[in-house]
Amino acid sequence: MKQIFKFILRGVTAFDWPLMIVLLLLGATGLLVMHSAVGGTDWRYADHMRNSMIAFGVMWVVAMVPFQYILKLAVPFYILGVVLLFGVEFFGSTSKGATRWLSLGFARIQPSEMMKIALPLMLAWYFHKRESSLKFYDFLVAGALLAVPFMLIVLQPDLGTALLVFGAGFCVIYFAGLSFKLLVPILVSVLLGIGGLLVYQDELCQEETDWVVLHTYQKNRVCTLLDPTNDPLGKGFHTIQSTIAVGSGGVYGKGYMSGTQTHLDFIPERTTDFIFAVFAEEFGLYGGVTLLILYLLLIFRGLAIAIRAPTHASRLLAGALSMILFVYVFVNIGMVTGMLPVVGVPLPLLSYGGTALLMIGIACGILMSISHYLPTDD
Amino acid sequence: MFDFKQADQQQKRRFLVRALIAGVFAVVCFSLLGWRFWILQVERHESLAARADNNRIAVLPIPPRRGDIVDRNGEVLARNYLSFTLEVVPGRAGNIDELLNRLTPVVYVSSADQRRFKRRVNESGKYANIVLRNNLNETEAAWFSAHSLRFPGVDLRARWVREYPQGKAAGHVVGYVGRISETDVTILEEKRELGNYRGTDIIGKKGIEKTYEAALHGKTGFEEVEVTSRGKPVRRLRKVDPTPGSNLVLSIDMELQRIAEAAFKDQRGALVAIEPSTGDVLAFVSQPSYDPNLFIDGIDVESWRRLNESPDHPLINRPVYGTYPIGSTYKPFVALAALELNKRRASDRISDPGYFEFGGQRFRNAGSAAFGSIDMHQALVVSSDTYFYSLAPEIGVNALHDFMKPFGFGQITGIDIEGERRGVLPSTEWKRNAYKKREQQRWYAGETISVAVGQGYNAFTLMQLAQATAVLANDGTYMQPHLVRAIKNTTTGEERLTVAEASHRIPLKPENIQAIKRALAEVTVSGTARQAFAGAPYQTAGKTGTAQVYSLKGGKYQSSAIDERLRDHALFMAFAPVKDPKIAIAVLVENAGWGGSVAAPIARKVFDAWLLRAPKEPRATQ
Repeated sequence: MKQIFKFILRGVTAFDWPLMIVLLLLGATGLLVMHSAVGGTDWRYADHMRNSMIAFGVMWVVAMVPFQYILKLAVPFYILGVVLLFGVEFFGSTSKGATRWLSLGFARIQPSEMMKIALPLMLAWYFHKRESSLKFYDFLVAGALLAVPFMLIVLQPDLGTALLVFGAGFCVIYFAGLSFKLLVPILVSVLLGIGGLLVYQDELCQEETDWVVLHTYQKNRVCTLLDPTNDPLGKGFHTIQSTIAVGSGGVYGKGYMSGTQTHLDFIPERTTDFIFAVFAEEFGLYGGVTLLILYLLLIFRGLAIAIRAPTHASRLLAGALSMILFVYVFVNIGMVTGMLPVVGVPLPLLSYGGTALLMIGIACGILMSISHYLPTDD
Repeated sequence: MFDFKQADQQQKRRFLVRALIAGVFAVVCFSLLGWRFWILQVERHESLAARADNNRIAVLPIPPRRGDIVDRNGEVLARNYLSFTLEVVPGRAGNIDELLNRLTPVVYVSSADQRRFKRRVNESGKYANIVLRNNLNETEAAWFSAHSLRFPGVDLRARWVREYPQGKAAGHVVGYVGRISETDVTILEEKRELGNYRGTDIIGKKGIEKTYEAALHGKTGFEEVEVTSRGKPVRRLRKVDPTPGSNLVLSIDMELQRIAEAAFKDQRGALVAIEPSTGDVLAFVSQPSYDPNLFIDGIDVESWRRLNESPDHPLINRPVYGTYPIGSTYKPFVALAALELNKRRASDRISDPGYFEFGGQRFRNAGSAAFGSIDMHQALVVSSDTYFYSLAPEIGVNALHDFMKPFGFGQITGIDIEGERRGVLPSTEWKRNAYKKREQQRWYAGETISVAVGQGYNAFTLMQLAQATAVLANDGTYMQPHLVRAIKNTTTGEERLTVAEASHRIPLKPENIQAIKRALAEVTVSGTARQAFAGAPYQTAGKTGTAQVYSLKGGKYQSSAIDERLRDHALFMAFAPVKDPKIAIAVLVENAGWGGSVAAPIARKVFDAWLLRAPKEPRATQ
């Protein structure tokens, strides 16, 4: 009897309420925008609502799991993820030119999504192990742990997810104390590399150019990703239409359910990656800034949990997870407003898509677990 | 302990610094976004708002009309008809059951249509245009247009619908179109053709419809229309007409095709008839056949199950997919090899005691016959196995392989229909590559013996046998076999032949060819096919055969039917008239036993129909 009571109490106190309130506000915004994006109540709206509820449920469950148990899953999770990624490379099914799915007979899974959580967890675990005797050598090991899944995802090719996974791992390494002398050159070279790839893609994707390290078919995959000419109206179409949508919204917006860009089908992917265009068109500058503030509160709350966290591993992980949320929001909105190139990154809690929502749920669940984590001396 | 705590405190402080930097970084980045909002929504607001207002031009695709398929005389095998269809966008139509209740009193929707509709809603999602019913009659169409306001999300449209007026006849040749699937989309994407399929929802799935998809489809046109703020088109700004697909003229003669199909009665089997001088395929039979009309709108579960699970396998395209050891029909080619390679003269006699002894093993004649002293001519007429057993060690498997290859045995003939299998033309090299284990890779001399009578590792399609027969009839000139004779551009009226000249010529000595042809002519007079060709007013050269059924690979047979299905396949190859051949044929009747009594009479009916037909003016193709 006492046990059950304790259990229920634990369930209620598992929530980190400040975080929870921000999440609920964002979730509600998500439902509101989705309703407009699909043009009324229909199955995608219902699906989004169901997925959001599942994500909240998963978050709650994860939040109740004591952090030391979560940490124990780091190594098996990471190994499983890498094995599955290799599986995708060799046995995966191809869809739209990229191989991302692995069929297990009963279900198709996308192991790269799992890596977004598994990799930071693994790195946090590793730095935690080496806490007392951290050497430069450890950063090399961490780099290798990061590089393996990153390269496998690049080869699928799924540059968007690969960059997010890279970002997730990189955040942990940053919080673990990688010297700024190294940090700055790495960041600069990665940015230059991606920039160069995007600027010089025309030359690089010529038939005769040999990429030395990559096979021809892998080169082709990356090139298809960079230049999705299957869009008949040209490559810039997405960005042009979404900036028109955002800009025409003005300061106050066109009003809920009244966005012409949205409702005349001019915004591509308007329920997924480009949902912010729908939001900005209908709610204007006020809406956009309010949304940014909500996300900022989410990130700050996450960082606050990280700062108060009692162990090295929990600190690193909470910090990294918060910054991943930041990267998602920044890259997505940057893309929709035409500041950044188009890479497939969803907007947390607003974009349609079960897997992404689930990942956010798990990430926030871990944050909550950390927020009430009292380490036992073991 | 104290040290540890202090280290921990230091760690914490260092982390705090880094977290603060991260926080500041986030604020800076978000400020950049805010600044970007300002630029777009305040500074550039007016121009962008104006662009959004002008963004009222929609591009609507106009799908092209798919080309027709006609036979060599202009008889139609596939065409389009204009039909009123009722299309529903389920997401806009509200409750479907309620919609059906209001609709059915006037526009009847059968339960099969309802099932198909519901399945497609599940597949394509609620925002796709899904056909609820085809072929509305005028009363129904008129009633619906008058009441369309009561049915939001339901549209009445006139569209081209594919139809196959021949039904089951030549079903395997024409194949069918079906709804564009996810796989099709991927393929179209790779070919950069997806844009050309906007507004089109069918694509060739099988047969000619698939192989000639590019020619049949045509080019999609479009119109730019101004739409109201609610998306309704109000004014047309520009129109680019679609280019209709090309018509295909088959080499098939439908009259001959029907006679050939009917000749099979209810037996399973395959037949290919070719005009040797051109490579035109005159008849192409795979029995049982199926009705391609079933597939156009997506086949219903019940029909699919019946077709797919039938032990008769009606969906298998037998002439190009089934591979068999072709038995005695291989002998004329082996005899020709012996002559050409100077291994034996036609007049050389050997003694046939009913068996051939090799390496201490006795290879017996079929039916334990013994023919005594025979030469090549007699060996072909009576179909002596012993004679050909004795040729095997003299020719050798590799020389035989090299001789047969240009005839097309064990090669892709390249006939213009999908799903063709290569089969096996055995050689020592083939065996080395085909098996993994060392001991299985070795070629045994005894294996050559059965290869020489068309058994053993030989596995050829009936298409290959028909083509080799045509090449033999044509004195070694190889015309690429084809089902489509010409592609006819519907706008310019220009006709382009698919095969204009010979692929290659096999150098053969005329006297050797004549020796073989003479023997084959005798087969239909006094040999194994004499009954079938008794009284024919033209001279035929042919050879009977049986293909051993040694396994039931992949079959899902019922136990009661097994005995029948283990029986040998009856085979016949022939061409006529012997001088100046107009038609070459290969016939296979499954599990029918001996070729002379079952397969040869079918060939006779086809030859009679083709060679004795009344001359006629070809009907103009439309």
